[in-house]
Amino acid sequence: MSTVNTAVSGFARRHGALLALALTVVVASLSFDSFATGDNLENVAVSSAFLAIVALGMTFVIVSGGIDLSVGSVFALGGVLAAWGSRHGPLVALALPLVVCGLIGLVNGLLIARARLAPFIVTLAAMLGARGIMLNITDEGADTFLVAKDSLFADLGRGKLLGLGFPVWITLALFVLGGVLLRRTRFGQNVYAVGGNEDAASLMGTSVARTKVSVYVLSGLLAGLAGALNAAWLTSGVTILGQGMELEAISAVVIGGTLLTGGTGFVSGSLVGVLLLKVIQNVINQIGSLDSAYQQVVSGAFLVLVVVLRVRPVRRARAATGGGRRRSPSPG
Amino acid sequence: MTEVAEAAGTRRRTGRERTRLTAWLQEYGVYAGVVVLLLFNTVFTEHFLSAENFRTQAVQVAPILIVALGMALAIGSEGIDLSVGSVMALSTSLVALYLGYGPWVALLVAVVGGAAVGLVNGSLIAHIGVQPIVATLALMVGGRGLALVLLPQLEDVRDPGMRALGSGDLLGVPYPALVAVVLVLLVGFTVRRTTFGRQLLAIGDSRPAARLAGLPVRRVLICVYVCSGVLAAVAGFLATARLQASDPTSLGTLMELSAITAVVVGGTPLSGGRVRVGGTVAGAVLIQLLTATLIKHDLPPSWTQLAQAVVIVVAVYAARERGKR
Repeated sequence: MSTVNTAVSGFARRHGALLALALTVVVASLSFDSFATGDNLENVAVSSAFLAIVALGMTFVIVSGGIDLSVGSVFALGGVLAAWGSRHGPLVALALPLVVCGLIGLVNGLLIARARLAPFIVTLAAMLGARGIMLNITDEGADTFLVAKDSLFADLGRGKLLGLGFPVWITLALFVLGGVLLRRTRFGQNVYAVGGNEDAASLMGTSVARTKVSVYVLSGLLAGLAGALNAAWLTSGVTILGQGMELEAISAVVIGGTLLTGGTGFVSGSLVGVLLLKVIQNVINQIGSLDSAYQQVVSGAFLVLVVVLRVRPVRRARAATGGGRRRSPSPG
Repeated sequence: MTEVAEAAGTRRRTGRERTRLTAWLQEYGVYAGVVVLLLFNTVFTEHFLSAENFRTQAVQVAPILIVALGMALAIGSEGIDLSVGSVMALSTSLVALYLGYGPWVALLVAVVGGAAVGLVNGSLIAHIGVQPIVATLALMVGGRGLALVLLPQLEDVRDPGMRALGSGDLLGVPYPALVAVVLVLLVGFTVRRTTFGRQLLAIGDSRPAARLAGLPVRRVLICVYVCSGVLAAVAGFLATARLQASDPTSLGTLMELSAITAVVVGGTPLSGGRVRVGGTVAGAVLIQLLTATLIKHDLPPSWTQLAQAVVIVVAVYAARERGKR
């Protein structure tokens, strides 16, 4: 009986988000004529792309047992740096945000892994710091750097291949790479091991510190890249972007079946989670009379719902297998 | 747990002198910081040593301090409350809607609203087992959304009673500061002298142990988040009175950060089991002085954010030894 329960909850955890997405898309297509049009679906795809890249990095961080609250600010900083750098050519426009945001990730990682500070507090400070840097270089948000519409860098964000924008293709490629990295490489195995049980991973000879630092660098790089692509797409470095993005990314990862306690999860789920969030937002926009305030209420309620549904089966499964919770007191 | 970590190669500090200095800094560093900032401003800032300036600072620090008190309780129970800024926004919306019935009714409704958010937070955390950071993150987004649904745009406060609350004083002490002082004493008493306070600290120290000892873990945790919600609602009410306007879009944004900084800088460990009320007061004053110093010396707001980021990291870094104990 308990194994059946575990199997059912395991299936729900792995594919629940996909089922919900399919159901939402079907209902939305039947309810709104304007939903299943090429333009609208492309819109959903492009707006999902940037969040998805951020959520990919967040997946690695959460699987390793951490959290990264700085991604929204880093995303905004990446966009502003890319737009500023685009005057000096597409190479600078891409390299500058990657270097700076990678460095922010490195600082996060070092403080968390070497100085052993709590991930949420370090990345909370980084969230403040990154936005501070961004406001500093834009004269307190008054300057908006523009990307020339006919430049090579703007093409990266606005160009299309087979009807879909480049950002969508880049996102798909990154998810394939990310999936291989997490599932098929030693680094990926280390991320699972560190998130599952840090002490055990350390005793097995895994380099815990290096794995953690890499994870935060990866998250910083991806958030910066997403910001840069977004700036190319918008052809400007908008300074007010990225607020609340950390919540969206965390929600997407959790919806996708990755547990916040670490040690388990998969990147394809996070992509489904992002699509589900963006489809729901799109549907709310279709209704039209509802403004963004309702969207916030709905996202908050939705996150609560998902987390509640997630926590229940996990606890039951753990009770059934007799496994203790991770935070139970360890002997000795 | 710690032994395993140490066996795995954690470095330990051995120098006794260094340990003593670190311990002193952990214990009294925040007070030293406040004194340094006070001295700096006395020397370098014009018109700093005036009754008017102290009154302004006291009025401005009151909301941060009140929110930080609730945050200290949440952190002491090994939790966190990220929804406080949104509760302030919800509070200001409710105040605007119910001010027609007088300020006291408005305050009551706002407090009930804050308690309701705290009840949801607490139930999610205590009964369903959601991590505090996620549960309160959801309420942080949902709460501000709700505030904006209730009051879509800024509204001026025209109630004379409310104006008096925001700008009046008793024996030279502004009302908001007076409220903050009363709440500090109340929370300090609760933590030190009541059963609830003891239970809270026991739960923060070790939740499994508290459960095995038969403490009402769930009820205490719910109370903690209700307290935090109520305190944030009071802070929102006072901020509305001071600003003479209800602005649910911007009131309380980044307040959770300021409150966490105040608590952590004040020496309350993030690992729970200890609440330092005096330190929290000093932490809130430190943040307010830091902000005021940067503004008075014409540095843009982004510098305040950077400074706060550095302060928070330094404070957590200084406290890490104790946290690992």
